[in-house]
Amino acid sequence: MPSATFQVQRGGAGGGRLETYTTEVAEGMVVLDAVLQIQAEQAPDLAVRWNCKAGRCGSCSAEINGMPKLMCMTRLSDLPPGKPILLQPMKAFPLIKDLVTDVSWNFRVKKMIKKFKPRPPDAADGTWRMAQEDVDRVQEFRKCIECFLCQDVCHVLREHHLFEEFIGPRFFVHVASLEMHPLDVEDRREELKKADGIGYCNITKCCTQVCPEDIHITDNAIIPLKERVVDKFYDPLKRLFGRWRGKK
Amino acid sequence: MAQGFQADSQSNLMAETNYVGPFSRFGSTSRKDAWWVQPLLVFLVLSSFVVYATWAAFQGKHYFYGPYLSPLYSPELFGDSPHSWFGPRPDWWPQFIPWSPALLILWAPGLFRLTCYYYRGTYYKAFWADPPSCTVSEPRKTYRGEHSFPLILQNIHRYFLYIAFFFLIFLSYDVWRALWFTDPVSGEKTFGIGIGTLVLVINVVLLGGYTLGCHSLRHLVGGIRDRLSGAPVRRTAYRCVSCLNRRHMMWAWMSLLWVAFSDVYVRLCSMGVWTDWKII
Repeated sequence: MPSATFQVQRGGAGGGRLETYTTEVAEGMVVLDAVLQIQAEQAPDLAVRWNCKAGRCGSCSAEINGMPKLMCMTRLSDLPPGKPILLQPMKAFPLIKDLVTDVSWNFRVKKMIKKFKPRPPDAADGTWRMAQEDVDRVQEFRKCIECFLCQDVCHVLREHHLFEEFIGPRFFVHVASLEMHPLDVEDRREELKKADGIGYCNITKCCTQVCPEDIHITDNAIIPLKERVVDKFYDPLKRLFGRWRGKK
Repeated sequence: MAQGFQADSQSNLMAETNYVGPFSRFGSTSRKDAWWVQPLLVFLVLSSFVVYATWAAFQGKHYFYGPYLSPLYSPELFGDSPHSWFGPRPDWWPQFIPWSPALLILWAPGLFRLTCYYYRGTYYKAFWADPPSCTVSEPRKTYRGEHSFPLILQNIHRYFLYIAFFFLIFLSYDVWRALWFTDPVSGEKTFGIGIGTLVLVINVVLLGGYTLGCHSLRHLVGGIRDRLSGAPVRRTAYRCVSCLNRRHMMWAWMSLLWVAFSDVYVRLCSMGVWTDWKII
């Protein structure tokens, strides 16, 4: 049976090291399979977070050969054959141990975002009416599994650590799902500009590149939100001709 | 590669830990692929275009041939060619600035591309290493992005979009004029199609695909609204622009390169290096 070599980052917040493991692999295996095999056979204290093994829970985010990916969705056959596979934790977030990071910052950010605020019900029974085509637009954003790979790859967080000023691509997707919802009447543009720091995004599309759900984060969420911020703050003609205001 | 975090007693968003490492050296990354190829290619192609367009703009000659006008010189507001709108070089043009008809107009398409969402992300990587590529360390530790001056000015992109529409109209008119060839003997204008006509047609098609797929246009025609179901015209426009927008990168590069090629074609025909073959 063929084998593969893995260089796995071990250690906690105090420091880390790369340890090398060689394990048997079979056709169809994904990186998470190999990691769990290493954990079972060679390193029982290896910390790894996982849950569904099906790309639905977003738990097993890590950096494979330097790129943020889900371990459960990365087939070994898609990696360069015959070369050691480098496994590291997400580098944008505080390291807990080995491949596990503390992503709780994301949950705190989510609480800061203005909640869904529907218009008054359309019918007397307290229900609303929506056209499918209007919902389709935000449906893409609902695919997000909160793996936070986009947050990890975003250089504003990863390299410049602007955790206080910038909410990151995941939460621009979340804001877009609310802001563009056909029932929502809340206006989040001021928060986008100031507290959320959308101006820090310089559209490198790394978030889109790593999204395992193929959400077009930059083109369909961030840039449309930037344009809505432009409407309110940077377009004097738009403000002059208020009747063109498109919101709701 | 070790990561380091320190305890932070401040009650902020990163309450439990505070990041202190580990990226310090420009270009450091754990990536094992040739991540530098794409930014290098972008750097070379964009630099080449800027150098060529600047050179061509300052030439002030060989920019028209028969019914063809180079897109780098269109619209020719003032100039010596038959395509000029308002006659020769204006008297108010400062003597100390070299004269060329292109200098009056090239700023508009140039700024349209400079502020384009696609190009922004691309040249931030290739020219400013901000970042050089995804998960590759940057040369600077300070970062302001488009949050403050000067890059906050990128938000005026839509105004250059409005101007770009006029350029599309002018370039389409150039195609119309490129269909009418003057007989050297009788002086009569007759319908015809030359290779140059096709070059200019392709130029307009590619620029149209690029301009009409603009992110700002997508917003203005429909993205601005949360509900398009009750607005059939907006809905159709939004779908069409979104369709082009999905290939915005392709349109951006093809239109850029074809503008340069169109100028080369007209220039070399004008210089007598190339012969413009007439198809009809």
